[in-house]
Amino acid sequence: MAETKGKKITISPVTRIEGHARITLQYDAKGKLDEARFHVNEFRGFEKFCEGRYFTEMPAITPRICGICPVSHAVCSAKAGEGIMRIKPPRIGDQLRRLIQLGQMISSHALSFYHLSSPDMLMGWDCDPDKRNIVGMYEQFPDLVRRGIRLRQFGQEISMYITGKKIHTMGVVCGGMSIPLKEEAREALLKWIPEALETLDMSLELYKGYYEKNKEELNVFAYHPTMYMGLVQADGTHEFYDGKVRLVDEKGEIVEDGFNPADFAQYIAEHPIAWSYLKYPYYKPYGFEKGFYRVGPLARLNVAERMPTPLAQKEFELFRQLEDGKVIHGTFHFHYARLIEMLSSVEQARDILNDPQILSTETWARGERNQHDGVGCTEAPRGILFHHYTTDDNGLLTKVNLLIATGQNNPAMNTSIKQVAEKYVRLDDVQEGALNRVEGAIRCYDPCLSCSTHAAGQMPLLIELKDHRGKIVRTLARGG
Amino acid sequence: MPDKITISINGTEIKTEEGKSILSVCKENDIHIPVMCHFPGLTDVGACRLCLCEVKGYNKLLPACTTLVAENMEIQTHTEKLKEYRRVIVEMFFSERNHMCSICVANTNCELQDMATEVGMQHVRFPFLNQECAVDASHPKYVIDHNRCIMCTRCVRVCSEVEGAHNWDVKNRGYNARVISDFDQPWGESETCTSCGKCLNVCPTGALWAKGSVQGKLDKFPEKITDLIEKRGIH
Repeated sequence: MAETKGKKITISPVTRIEGHARITLQYDAKGKLDEARFHVNEFRGFEKFCEGRYFTEMPAITPRICGICPVSHAVCSAKAGEGIMRIKPPRIGDQLRRLIQLGQMISSHALSFYHLSSPDMLMGWDCDPDKRNIVGMYEQFPDLVRRGIRLRQFGQEISMYITGKKIHTMGVVCGGMSIPLKEEAREALLKWIPEALETLDMSLELYKGYYEKNKEELNVFAYHPTMYMGLVQADGTHEFYDGKVRLVDEKGEIVEDGFNPADFAQYIAEHPIAWSYLKYPYYKPYGFEKGFYRVGPLARLNVAERMPTPLAQKEFELFRQLEDGKVIHGTFHFHYARLIEMLSSVEQARDILNDPQILSTETWARGERNQHDGVGCTEAPRGILFHHYTTDDNGLLTKVNLLIATGQNNPAMNTSIKQVAEKYVRLDDVQEGALNRVEGAIRCYDPCLSCSTHAAGQMPLLIELKDHRGKIVRTLARGG
Repeated sequence: MPDKITISINGTEIKTEEGKSILSVCKENDIHIPVMCHFPGLTDVGACRLCLCEVKGYNKLLPACTTLVAENMEIQTHTEKLKEYRRVIVEMFFSERNHMCSICVANTNCELQDMATEVGMQHVRFPFLNQECAVDASHPKYVIDHNRCIMCTRCVRVCSEVEGAHNWDVKNRGYNARVISDFDQPWGESETCTSCGKCLNVCPTGALWAKGSVQGKLDKFPEKITDLIEKRGIH
């Protein structure tokens, strides 16, 4: 085994995710996987360059962090600003923000499921990479692909009809919404609902069918128990927009229920690591490693007791039966959770649009700076999001701290790729399909790294096998 | 009665009067010259240099707003050279400080944005200076963001000439120049500011704005200042 001494496999860049990253698989002298690392190579610096800005500008600045989940950043910023002002938005202002956020959940989840991840399911892990993308999918499953694209469009149309912009939505302000809903927008959006529900029904059936056929593999695919964190309503119902923060342990027992988001620093610590710009957050009382938790669709369904809408509740009950327990640890079921959340989002969007007062123009409460600190908390598609701002006496920001969902899943993503690599990657015969499974484990989390939109599957994948001196002994390339 | 004179603008003979600026004669004759520091009724200072034009017999370009017409003056306002210079000037505005249109309160209601379109600016060809510019939010109602200031000094002039307060002035030179409040104090500590808000209404960009303004929703009413100047008979 001398030839395998100190070998390292690098997958760079990881494809069909939102952003740039690489994976390294480091093997020891005996050819055993030693470490699996998910490296994020980007540095954005938002926390630094926002310092010195006036706090009410933040709902306009922070959506630029991400082209996929700008609404969550805007809402979180606005909430942090409202904390500084000590005001609450009017009910309809809140409802409109919730509606745009639901639209974002639909568009982001649809992008993840149909565009980025479904090729692995429908075309197969080992399918030719040139075909294993949404264009290849269209040749075989034109109806599903068209529906998936239209579902994503519906999510973005919600923002478009209300604020005039599909991406980097405007109108979310400290105190509510600066743009009320118009009747024609309400009518146009309601027309989308039946098609969206039909698409999700079809997709859920497809997922469940795929799961039944591949149960054996999926039940062990990146299966690892962790804690979970997400928002829930006061009675424990699933929640995207507002609510209390709940943490459950790996057995599903509630560890924290309703800690004030403003106090998150007392509960969550971040551990910087030398090889990535993503830090390792953990639940402080349990310490580093034992306190690793997951966020996002799977976590939200694991912390919730029920869904807020009837069709989603029916699916939620089936979801919970998967492991006959309170929590589902199978990483692949992130996709199932994503579909259930999309279903709930469509139902909730319909209910908000049918609210008899939704066209009210009382959407914006005005106020001024009343305290130095403000914390915002909401759910982004990839998980719970915190913004914490501190201002000087004049309202200029002196400190900005953003705790972003993908960062919180970082420890779990590393565990997942290690598990999958151990199971599938053979150092003496590196198969493209095996590496795709490693990437697939990452795609379950739908990480948003550069927080920017990318075309699907067009980036080249380079795998380098290096010896312990760093010399490349073998190179595999695809795509580009 | 001022003496009648004849001048030529872009080859067209125009009869006008002595004592007028090239810019005002152009306006009277529907000849549009790009300009940003000019504001109707305020003293012209030739700060922005966008209205530069070519005058026969002068080897330098002259600003239309501060150059008075004279008998037989032959003026060119839209040569290819001038168009290119104007594009360069606007690009320099963008490269000098930190203009982020997408998040600015004045987005879609900004004279600098409009000017960039008008002069055909495609992109900025000069390195950005990335200057550190402060935001002063010490005033209870208003904010000044030096990142977005183009040093047109309209605020300085309206405060002095219309409001009579002279809160605003200018310190330093070149790209270090900054608009200051009183003796370079925080705006909120100014003893002269009357909080009238005239400076906000004449600001061509999002450098001056009222607290509570949000992205792309800045309300400005420059025409109210023009009305006020006319009614008060200033100048």
